[in-house]
Amino acid sequence: MLKTNDLCYSAIENDVEKRILHNINLSFADNKIYVITGQNGSGKSTLLKIIMGIIHQSQGDVFYDGKNISNLSIYERSKLGISFAFQQPVTFKGIKVKDLLNIASEEKLNLAGMCEILSKVGLCAKNYIDREINDKLSGGELKRIELATVLARKAKINMFDEPEAGIDLWSFENLTTLFKDMDNSINIIVSHQRKILEIADEIIVMKDGEILLKGEKDDVLPMLSNSSCGRLRG
Amino acid sequence: MDKIDKILLETVADLHKVPAGAFNIRKNGESVLRNSNKDIEIVPKKNGKGIDIFIKKGVKNKSVHIPVIITMGGFSDLVYNDFYISEDCDITIIAGCGIHNNTCKDSQHDGIHKFHVGKNSIVRYIEKHFGAGEGEGKKILNPITKVFMKENSQMFFDSLQIGGVSSTIRKTFAKLDKNCILNIKENILTSDDQYAKTYFKVQLLGENSKCEVVSHSVAKGNSVQEFISDMIGNNKSFGHVECDGILLDNARIVSIPKIDALSKEASLIHEAAIGKIANDQLVKLMTLGLSQEEAEKTIINGFLYN
Repeated sequence: MLKTNDLCYSAIENDVEKRILHNINLSFADNKIYVITGQNGSGKSTLLKIIMGIIHQSQGDVFYDGKNISNLSIYERSKLGISFAFQQPVTFKGIKVKDLLNIASEEKLNLAGMCEILSKVGLCAKNYIDREINDKLSGGELKRIELATVLARKAKINMFDEPEAGIDLWSFENLTTLFKDMDNSINIIVSHQRKILEIADEIIVMKDGEILLKGEKDDVLPMLSNSSCGRLRG
Repeated sequence: MDKIDKILLETVADLHKVPAGAFNIRKNGESVLRNSNKDIEIVPKKNGKGIDIFIKKGVKNKSVHIPVIITMGGFSDLVYNDFYISEDCDITIIAGCGIHNNTCKDSQHDGIHKFHVGKNSIVRYIEKHFGAGEGEGKKILNPITKVFMKENSQMFFDSLQIGGVSSTIRKTFAKLDKNCILNIKENILTSDDQYAKTYFKVQLLGENSKCEVVSHSVAKGNSVQEFISDMIGNNKSFGHVECDGILLDNARIVSIPKIDALSKEASLIHEAAIGKIANDQLVKLMTLGLSQEEAEKTIINGFLYN
């Protein structure tokens, strides 16, 4: 169980304090898929980054299995079993796909092991493991490798920040299958896409740094606009 | 050969035993082991200041090892090695210099290498520099590489300074004829109070000649690095110089580019980026279970050695 307790986050912009998150109280139960949606700037990514320890909250706490992890580093949270797929995948110089998969899995994977992970994101291991993770790869390829690094962690909490962004030829269906197959973990996905919202157990709608609505998918989904899943109907 | 010799040879030339092909091993200013064969002839210069290496026409998939090791303090070595690579060859040359100095006196090796690359030949040249030893004496390496490339020839030059070198001034000069390709990859690591300066001058003389220089450097401690490049397009040609530097601690890297298109048909590019390790790279690796120190090491090793 992951819990946030009165999480607040403010940032200073042009000498003015801007409220990004305000009193976020959420519980994420084991073996469930949560999709967080909401308009741009509603604080969705910030919330995930605070849970991962990338950003530090101004107030409030994060609890994991009853333990307050608010002051743990990114590395310590990762070791506890929290993982995060970035919206914008990071590129490197000289680090190859196989290097990142070995780091993520904390073991030296053989070709079959890499193939098992990469095939889940629609990539052929033979063609990719020796490729450098740099801007010579397309945005879609980078995004899929980003997802693969999170799969390789076999973490207890998987967070995905707009996983569908930049996914090119690979279909949404594969992406949703990937999430549905992730057993024994808490999966938190930030997304605007209806097909991803449809696989959620619970949906959380955010607006202006607050929780606008949360509940079972079947209750929340009908209330969302068809054209923009981040907004409520009407 | 003692243990230190073996470590130096393994480090700079990946030599674990006597190599299979032609070789010349120079220790403390003298050639201690040499072997020529029917394809590659190594001839000592009459003044004792180096060797001439002759690679016969059409020799393919062969290698030459010419490592230099210095294990004495207060020793200065100047050597001239000239490579004559005939037409239609495909050859790998492994050079490199390791200095082990346990004394308080400086040791220095200045290797001046000339490559005459024949028509249609392909040369892979790998040069590693390394310094070790606990003494206060400096480990100084000042290589000069001159490359003369005939029509349709290609050279792939990998230069790696893997640490421990107190001071280095590295100069490379190249002249390319028609359709030649020269790829230079330079990776330099400095730390403490070390100093490294590299200078490249490449003249793209022939039509459709191409040169790429990619320099990756990591400067730690109080070390200082300078990268100076001078790429001249005398003809319809393509040149690309890239200097990427990672700064740690109080180190400094200076990049001074010069590109000069003497021909309007020349296309020359210079890119340079110097800065600390990108924070998003560190964060990504930490989300994969690495501590900050491990993440930094992973980024630097990838940047320098891949």
